Amino acid sequence: MKAVPTRHTPEIQTAPWKSICFFLLSVFVLLITANQPSHAIPAFARKYGLPCSACHIGWPILNTFGQQFRDNGYQLGNDRDSPIYQNPAYWPITFRVTPNWHVESQNKVLVDQTQAEQTVTTTGFDLSGLDIWTAGTLYKNISFSVLPSMGEGDTFHFENAWVRFDNLLKTPWMNLKFGKFELDMLLSQKRFLTLSNVGGFWYNYQFLPPGDSNGFGGIGDNQLGVELSGHSKNSYARYSIALLSSVDGNPGLTSAGQPGTARNYDVFANVNEGFQVKGLGVQRVGLYGYVGQSPTYFLTSGGTPVQAQGAKSFSRVGAYGWWFFKDLDIETLYMHGQDNVFLGNNIPANNPAGLPPGAAGPSWNGGFVEAHYTVNPQLIFTGRYELVHMSRQANPANPSNLGNVDSFTVGYRWYPIMLSRAGLAFHNEYSQAKTGNSSILTMSDQTNRSVMVGFDFDY
Amino acid sequence: MKIISKWAIATLAFAAALQLPALAQEAHVGNLTGHAAEGKKLYRRSCVGCHGPLGDGNGENAPWIDPKPRDFTAATFKCRSTPTGTLPTDQDLYNSVGRGFYNSNMPHWDALTDQNRLDLVAYIKTFSARWKTEKPGDPIAVPPEPAITMQSIAHGNELFQKMECWKCHGQQGRGDGPSAATLTDSKDQPIRPYNFADASSDSRFKCGTTNQDLYRIFMTGLDGTPMPSFADVIQPNDAWDLVHFLRTLQKNRHSKENEVLRSAGGTVPSAPAN
Repeated sequence: MKAVPTRHTPEIQTAPWKSICFFLLSVFVLLITANQPSHAIPAFARKYGLPCSACHIGWPILNTFGQQFRDNGYQLGNDRDSPIYQNPAYWPITFRVTPNWHVESQNKVLVDQTQAEQTVTTTGFDLSGLDIWTAGTLYKNISFSVLPSMGEGDTFHFENAWVRFDNLLKTPWMNLKFGKFELDMLLSQKRFLTLSNVGGFWYNYQFLPPGDSNGFGGIGDNQLGVELSGHSKNSYARYSIALLSSVDGNPGLTSAGQPGTARNYDVFANVNEGFQVKGLGVQRVGLYGYVGQSPTYFLTSGGTPVQAQGAKSFSRVGAYGWWFFKDLDIETLYMHGQDNVFLGNNIPANNPAGLPPGAAGPSWNGGFVEAHYTVNPQLIFTGRYELVHMSRQANPANPSNLGNVDSFTVGYRWYPIMLSRAGLAFHNEYSQAKTGNSSILTMSDQTNRSVMVGFDFDY
Repeated sequence: MKIISKWAIATLAFAAALQLPALAQEAHVGNLTGHAAEGKKLYRRSCVGCHGPLGDGNGENAPWIDPKPRDFTAATFKCRSTPTGTLPTDQDLYNSVGRGFYNSNMPHWDALTDQNRLDLVAYIKTFSARWKTEKPGDPIAVPPEPAITMQSIAHGNELFQKMECWKCHGQQGRGDGPSAATLTDSKDQPIRPYNFADASSDSRFKCGTTNQDLYRIFMTGLDGTPMPSFADVIQPNDAWDLVHFLRTLQKNRHSKENEVLRSAGGTVPSAPAN
């Protein structure tokens, strides 16, 4: 390429790239200092006129006020909550979708053509699923949520669908929810900041040891059942207890042979308390537990499963804390999980002889630390380190670290446009997870990586 | 480099200027001190949609809100412990933020920390120059509540008629008096008198829930609304009698006043005709 003659002095010649750098720096400075008003989870913003940042640390993570609003059954409690106060044209609907470009990479993948392990990387433009979420109140103290959702290339399913009777006996300590709903975990996987394939969930919430047949998908999945919950007026103190069909949230009780065919009932309970620390914010601590049973085999009719049998127990218990240091907040979670030996070895309970020698119920410990730094309501950074380590393998012949997970995620979300009727977030994230001994050929650790750049928007 | 330096100074100055407006204001409640600089962040996060970036009640949602959001630039507040026409105390504003306003879009922000709410109060005080030139009024004294008796209730009814409260609030306290439809606030917006009989209110008033709050409301008045102060018109004991009568208009509420009334036959003796 021919050099372009210039009349500039050497000093000025360096200016263009410096100017570009400086322009970017200036934009960044303005970005973090010009704390623009931000607005709107649209469905509720349209109803109440509150900015989305009133309820969210950074959408979609709830702050204390948002948690209180949610606990009140999507009500502000100012006698304007019933839909009768809304313009008849008002529809409490939010659409959410995330077009994105991403990179997915996994090493030590056994490739058929070469019969060798190699790193596999794919990149491209993509589209997340579509959420069409409607929620609000049917009447004062009767709230609801219906969320038809579609995954990539998927058919629609009901992510949640419930009705809730709020403030029974005129006390916030008595609320009854019925339907399919998110388990009441204060640290919510449904409302967190990461979206990529590798970082878009908490491993602890979804973990199952390799080879485990437990049909329970994890406490991160919405479940079918009934929940009794309550909270103090400011929602600092909260509790919930839920009776759930052990179907991992899959409807179809009478549909013979469906994986979701009902078999048993599970129980989930959660209690947490918040307290103010002067100058820092509201700190929260909590305990939770999920105990249940999952079938190990099915009666069949003509080869079709018709009734679950041989249910065996499993449990997930733990504690968490959410610590606020002004604009920095840190979520911490610990979980202990264990499954029955039959579940862990995928052996029907009516065939104990099928268990390998020395078989035991698998157990594991895990946790994560996730931090968010809110520069302003329109810009939030996040980072997370998470691990799940097996403490006992179902089959003692397995390597002790089989199934272990070590992962981290970093990213940020910038909300350049957040009007009171719609919102748009620019989302950038890198996630990485290493799973112990999961490569098939070399029985060594595998690493998955995701890079995601996208626009997360809702209306 | 000189060019860069100039741009650097200009950019940083511009960025700093965005943060400047009157952020030295403070608010005090108990041993807490609220800071306007912190309050500004919270205001931008939670309040700006209704009250607007200038605090003038012209947020982008204001056109769809009834009643309209408070205009902080006027420094006129309904809920005060101070005499009519004076500025409220920090405690008054702090209580209002935490309590919210019944039958309006203003929620109760009691999920925020005490410090957060006081920071907001400090920032709200930056919107009007009155806070620089005037001091809040002295809170009115609320004397101990006398015993609730049928005589007290009957005398309250007499005062209700004599002071023509019924003209706005209606004879049954339903907010449907003959003047009700004509009332406007200081922004010329239509405003409805309080409906004592509205069971859905859970007996909440704009400025509190207790008998002391009710006493305070008509002794201080609700500035910016047609509800005047009666501090110069009635004596404290008379005011308490009025409180006791007004509670009987909340017929669905379990109260000592309604118990006394029921035990006396359930009817308030008629007040003398005007």
